Formats: sequence, structure tokens, C-alpha cells
Amino acid sequence: MDAATKSEASGLHSALRYKFIALVGNEYVQAATAADAVSGAQPKLVIEPGTERELAEILRLSNEAGLAVIPRGGGTKLGWGNSLARADVILSTARMTEIIEHAWADLTVTVEAGCTVQRLQETLGQHGQRLALDPLWPEKATVGGVLSTNDSGALRLRFGALRDLIIGVTIALPDGTLASSGGKVVKNVAGYDLPKLVTGALGTLGVITRAVFRLHPLPLNSHSFSISTVNAEETQKFVLAVQDSKLAHTFLQSHFSDEKPPASDILFEGTEAGLAAQEAQLRNLAAPASVSEASNSSWTAREELWAFSDPAGTAITKISILPANMAPTVELVERTARTHQVRWRALIYATGLGWLRLEGKPGALCAALQALRGELQGQDGSLVALHRPSKMPAFDAWGTASDTLPLMKAVKQQLDPKNTLNPGRFVGGI
Amino acid sequence: MNLMEARILAELRTIVGDRGLISSPEELHTYECDGLTNFRVMPRAVLLPNSTEQVQAVVRICHRERIPFVARGSGTGLSGGALPVENGIVISLARMNRILEVDLPNARVVVEPGVINLDVTGRVAPQEYFYAPDPSSQSICSIGGNVAENSGGAHCLKYGFTTTHVLGLEVVLPDGSLVHLGGKTLDTPGYDLAGVFVGSEGTLGVATKIILRIVKRPECIRTLLAAFPSTNEAGAAVSDIIAAGMLPAAIEMMDNLAIQAAEAAVHANYPSCGGLLLVELDGPVAEVEALMSHVKEICRSNGASEIRLAQSDAERALVWKGRKAAFAAMGRISPNYIVQDGVIPRTALPQVMSEIERLSQETGLRVANVFHAGDGNLHPLVLYDRRISGQEEAAELLSNNILELCIAAGGSITGEHGVGEDKKKMMSKMFAEPDLVTMQRVRCAFDPLQLSNPTKIFPTPRLCGEKRGEYLPHPIESAGIAERY
Repeated sequence: MDAATKSEASGLHSALRYKFIALVGNEYVQAATAADAVSGAQPKLVIEPGTERELAEILRLSNEAGLAVIPRGGGTKLGWGNSLARADVILSTARMTEIIEHAWADLTVTVEAGCTVQRLQETLGQHGQRLALDPLWPEKATVGGVLSTNDSGALRLRFGALRDLIIGVTIALPDGTLASSGGKVVKNVAGYDLPKLVTGALGTLGVITRAVFRLHPLPLNSHSFSISTVNAEETQKFVLAVQDSKLAHTFLQSHFSDEKPPASDILFEGTEAGLAAQEAQLRNLAAPASVSEASNSSWTAREELWAFSDPAGTAITKISILPANMAPTVELVERTARTHQVRWRALIYATGLGWLRLEGKPGALCAALQALRGELQGQDGSLVALHRPSKMPAFDAWGTASDTLPLMKAVKQQLDPKNTLNPGRFVGGI
Repeated sequence: MNLMEARILAELRTIVGDRGLISSPEELHTYECDGLTNFRVMPRAVLLPNSTEQVQAVVRICHRERIPFVARGSGTGLSGGALPVENGIVISLARMNRILEVDLPNARVVVEPGVINLDVTGRVAPQEYFYAPDPSSQSICSIGGNVAENSGGAHCLKYGFTTTHVLGLEVVLPDGSLVHLGGKTLDTPGYDLAGVFVGSEGTLGVATKIILRIVKRPECIRTLLAAFPSTNEAGAAVSDIIAAGMLPAAIEMMDNLAIQAAEAAVHANYPSCGGLLLVELDGPVAEVEALMSHVKEICRSNGASEIRLAQSDAERALVWKGRKAAFAAMGRISPNYIVQDGVIPRTALPQVMSEIERLSQETGLRVANVFHAGDGNLHPLVLYDRRISGQEEAAELLSNNILELCIAAGGSITGEHGVGEDKKKMMSKMFAEPDLVTMQRVRCAFDPLQLSNPTKIFPTPRLCGEKRGEYLPHPIESAGIAERY
């Protein structure tokens, strides 16, 4: 390695910049601006490689020079995780947007990491197929970004998470290795399941350059309903009854807040005959008067939660609980919010995953989050803070790391020994 | 540990007791192979711990003494994953067979690794739940073994694999420490190490508790048998079913030879034909009936000569019995056979089938075909007679050639049986060296001394800490456009 380069890492010596330019071209190596800041850290360069080999080379050079690299897709979730310890280079997948192969008859697709979810869905839709995932902001969010953040929405109940949809991956490692695992077929147990390892790793192990997904057909028909209930306990009863029934619903989510009584949305997909029969069963299960046609907004419920007006007074968390703990959890949130004088809204899926928005003074938010996290962790659950006011007292985004942390650090050490990728942003200081 | 000292054996005995240690050669024979019987290695000892603490204590001694160990469930694996390692010990989890917790409201069951797959369903069946992964050996195979191999089964087309249904694991790492991967709730913060562990074939540690997800039984299950002139027409029907936007619970296919064998073995009352399709739909009655009439139309339009719907649970069970007994049934029509497990993109089926037929004719060896047709998972069975000189070698070669066809078609060398000892050499045909090196770097994080089932999966094991792969020149560098910096 070039020693001079290392010593100049912080200032990004022109020789290194020249190397980057030689690789990807002048127009794709730009000085970072204030708009490129990531949770308070100001990177110096934004580099947009055109191929995965170029990306791997940029990563290798940066790693050798001791630079911190922040992979970036659509940039919609860059604030997720803890503050970065360092930030030098934004490695953008903006030019890597190709849908390499839609093998529609095999229900699979191979796509580059920088392709937006929406563009991917439009292409798949031409053959009546979809990636069965409803992530946040699909018009901007990229395949690499949703994978790295393990984003999932209401469809997860039926189709599983990204870990269940991804069947192959190629990643670039900080030493310049491009490694593939998995493959192009849905059923495959050859070698370690690294697609799952990098899903949700927040880009701390390698940079995802392409992924292969299994696909699902678009539904023939769909029908959704809204069920109103008087309190969380009644909602819980309804949700558990549906889960314990023979209904084949595609999603089931419940809304709670300090303003309105709870309501649940349920979606069915299938044949006309099947939908009619399921509607009849649903009406039997719920009190007849409380069932109404759902509006389209059930698909955007999560984005609405994120559409807050005051970032300095809002916290958004992802919570994970046992499905049967829904009512006690909502009651806990109510109590805690009252104690700390914060406003709240929640969206909880039948899987036990949920999203909670708290609004109030930063100090009060922090106290409320701490109290909630303590309770949820005590019940095998978790609370991950994905948006916090910048002026809030220190509050780890992820919570207490389990007995697995040394093993996670060992995996990180193996793949990114110099801590080049997203340093400090992940669990337990990784 | 060529000479496993008496003191180590004595120490192991104090952990597991007299009944938990097997070291006499005659008893050890039982453990010298798993379901793949052509590889045999005699272990130095077999340990049968009955608690997590005992597993930890045994593994700590292995770690201290650098003794390789192999965890073993029921020994039904078909890739030699539980094959003992020379001079190593086997840790059998057979005595850890308790179902620890059944939590119906949350649809979770917590089990020890020695619990038999079908017993999980047995426990929750009265409340109309089931455990979805259903390998053909489900009445004898263990959940721990399923976790190691990421076992599939006929219904993974709709329900997914073992990994889909494992939410959390308690694992004894190869240094004896205990970790909890995943958990009862979803998306535990941190890396998805449970996802990495499932399917790692015992090379990352020993699972001692497993949190499973169970599934509510659908309102109805309908099973259809359709007889086609050949597997080509049957395959075309499968493509049409998928193209119509359906996701059946299972689609199985058998060729004529497989049908004959299954008939001979269990009298499943299959129609005699060139290609038999078994399609199972499940879900709400109205939905299933609407879709089933569509499936029938598709079968007819693709030339099905006979279409039958199982009329009762007993009929349905018989249909499945024939399918699940298909491997063992080969014994009825051939003295010896090799069970192969490969995967192809479903659309490559006609081409790969005709290639298999060509190979079969070239070698003069018969090949029976049983497929999980919905997901392209082939189980060609290569029939041979060991007593005829050269046939065994020819059969092995043919079996390997079929895997090469799978790789060439863009598929995989194994869909559910695992790599184990059997397919290590094929790994370098499916993956490039950097891919395999990267997997082994992950392995080094779990098992730096390489004690846990050390000789499996990878064709060329690398020592942890070994220098990483060679530098790969960038294309523009090779082309002389840029130089290395």
C-alpha cells in the first residue's frame, strides 16, 4: 500500500482521488456536499461506480487507504442506526440499476443493487409477477438498501421477510473480493446461506452488488376490510382469532394511537369465489357491525407514520414482540406515554413486528424509549430506534446486545477487519 | 488423538455417565456412516449427552484437546454430513428429545435437537397446527439434523424450508460457549446468524435448543393425480400451473420407472404412465375448488390420459406414501441405486431430462426420476448392480454427470440433501474460489480451530488466518487501460 496515501486519508490526497477517477471516470467522483452528510458525519467524496468490479476496486482502494466507506442506494434510510464513527467515501450504487434477468417462467429475477424497488416491480408486473414485499418509499429505495436494512411491511405475514425471498447474492468485500453465494434456484442448500447474513447487516460486512429473488404471482383479485374495535384488548382478541382461523389472509395490521380507537386492516387475495367465502368467514369472526371496506390507505400506513412534521421532536421505532403480547404492549405504550407526556401512534402487524411513533420533547422521548425498551427486552422483544431527534440524549439505536455480540464481532472481523464499512453504525458498536 | 488417552475417555464418561459413552468397536459400527452408506469412518467414541450443559462440557474437552467432533441426529442424512471424522468423536443428540414448550397463541414450539420431525406435528395436531418442513424421512429424522441440513420436503414450494421455520437457536459453539441466535420474536437486532447456522451442516457448532414456527392447518387439502404420456407433457402442465399464478402446496412428478418401483413397494394404486403428476392445493375450500378445476383443465389440455382426485384422507395418505417411499422402493427393481439430489430452473426440465436419458442409454444404466417439480428439485435414482464389475463406478460417474447438467442449466448441486462428504468436490464446479473462501471466512468466526465437522462441505479446507485469495486484476487493468496502483 502507498504509505503517503494513508497519511493523507483524512484530506483525500489528490493521488488517491486520481486513482478513483482513473477507475470510474471524472464525472463519477464528486466532492460530497452537506446534502451527503450521514447522521451528522460529513463524507468527502461521492463515488458512483458503473460495474460491480469497479465498485469492488473502489472499496479495496479505500480500505487500503484507511478510509471509512458508506454504501448508499436511494439514501432513504441513511439515518438508520447509530452515528457513524467516521465517514470518508459515499459508495453509491446509483449507476448499477440493471435488471439482469427476469426469468419469469422460473419465477426468479437477478437485479443490480441500485435498481429501485418500484422499477423492479414495474418490470416484474409486465409478466404478472411481483417481489412480495412492501418496503418504505419504493420509488426511491433500492434493492441493496432494502436488503441491507431488512425493510419489510405488511406482506411479510404471508410471504416472509427478505431473508425468505432472497435466493442469491453477490457482495464486494473491503479487500476487493467479489463473492457470490446462493444461486438462481429457489431450492438450494449448497454452501453457507450468505444472502441471509448480509440481509439486515446494514452494509457492515460487504457491499451488496446484486441479488437474486424468488417471485410470486400478482393476485388474481384482492379485497381488504377494516375492522374497528373499542380497545387494544378487543383488537388482540380479533387478531388472535383470525390467526387461529382457517382464513388465508395476506396481511393483517392494527392501528393504535392516543387519538382514535383501534382499527385493523385485513387483505385477502385469490379467486372471486375464494374471496367471497373468506369475507363471509371474516364477518362471522368479527362482530358484523365493525367490518367495513378498507380504503387504499392501508398500504401506505407505514409511510404515513414516517410523515412527521417535526424531526426534532419525533422518534420512530421498530418494535418486535410476541404476537400474543399486542394488547399488553399497547397498554404499556399508553402508560409510558402518559408518564412522560409524549404523543404516540403505532402500527402493529400480526407477526408481532410493529412501528411506533412518539412525539414530544427530546428528553421525554429518551426517557419513554428507555422505559419501553427495558420492558420489551424483558419479554424477549426488542425496540430499535430508527429516527431520533438530533438533540436527544444518547440512546443506542439497537439496544442491549445479546450473548451473540462476540460472535457478530468475529464475523465482522473476518470480512471487514479494518472496520471500513459503516463504522460504528450497527449493533454493539460494529 | 490417535491414541485417545484413557484419561480423556474417563473425563468424558464423568460428564455423560456410563450409558452416555460408547467406545466398544462392535457398538461403534452403528455410527460409522449415516444414510449415505458408501462412506464409512469409525469414530473413536460416541457421546450421548442429555442436556445443553453436557454438550458444552464435552465440546470444551474437544476444544482443549483439539479433538474434532461430529454432531449426529437420527443418521438419516444422504450426503454423509454425519460421517465421523478420523480420530474424532460423535456427539449424538438422540437423548435430547424433549419438546420443551408449546405456545399456540404465538405459534411457537421449542424443542431439543433429538426430537423427531413428525412428533412436532403430532404434538400440535389436536389444535390443528402442523410443522411444515416434511422431508421424506420425517417419521425418523430429527429436528437437529433438519437444522443442520436445512431440510426441505415436498411442501416447501409453498411453505418454505427448515430455515423458514426456525426462529431461534441455542448453540454450543466449537469452543464450548453458549449463544442464542435469533429468538422467539422476529428481527432480533444484529446479524442473522440463525440464518447462517441453519444449513451449515454441523460445521459451525451444535444446536441444543430450537425455536420453531408452526402453521395452522388449512381448511382443506386436495390432492390430484394426473397421468401423462411422458415427463415432457407433465412438465408442460407444471409450467402452465405456475404461469396461471397458482402456488400449490406441492407438485411432484415421477417417471415410469419410479412409478413401477413405488407400486411394487407400497401398492399406491398409481396409474401406469410415462409421467405422473401429483398436485396438492390447500387453503379455503372455495379457493381450492376454483383453482383445482383450473388445474384439471391444464392437465387435460397438456394430454393427461387420466385425472384422479383423492377422495378421502386415506386415499391421500396412500398417494403420498407411494411418493415418499419412492427412494427405498428402488430396492424392488434394482439391487443397488444411488439417490441424487440436484436442482434446475424448472424451465430447463425437458432439456435436462433428455440429457439424462441420453446418459442413461450411453452407459446402459437405468435412471428413475422423482422430482419436486414445482421448484425444479430433481431426485434421479441411478440403478446398478454392484456384483457386475465396473457398474458401481459407472453409476457414480453418471450420477456426477447429472449434477454437472444441473450446474450447466444454472441450478444447484443440492436442493435438500446437503453437500456433506459426498459433494465436496462439486462445490468448486458450482462456486468460484473467492465464493468458497468467503464462506470459510465466516466459518473461521465460528470455529477458528476447525473442530466442528471439519472435513465437510468445502473441497479445500483453509486454515483460519491463512492469507486471503490472490489479487484479481480489474478488467481495464488486464486490457492495459489502467495500471495497478
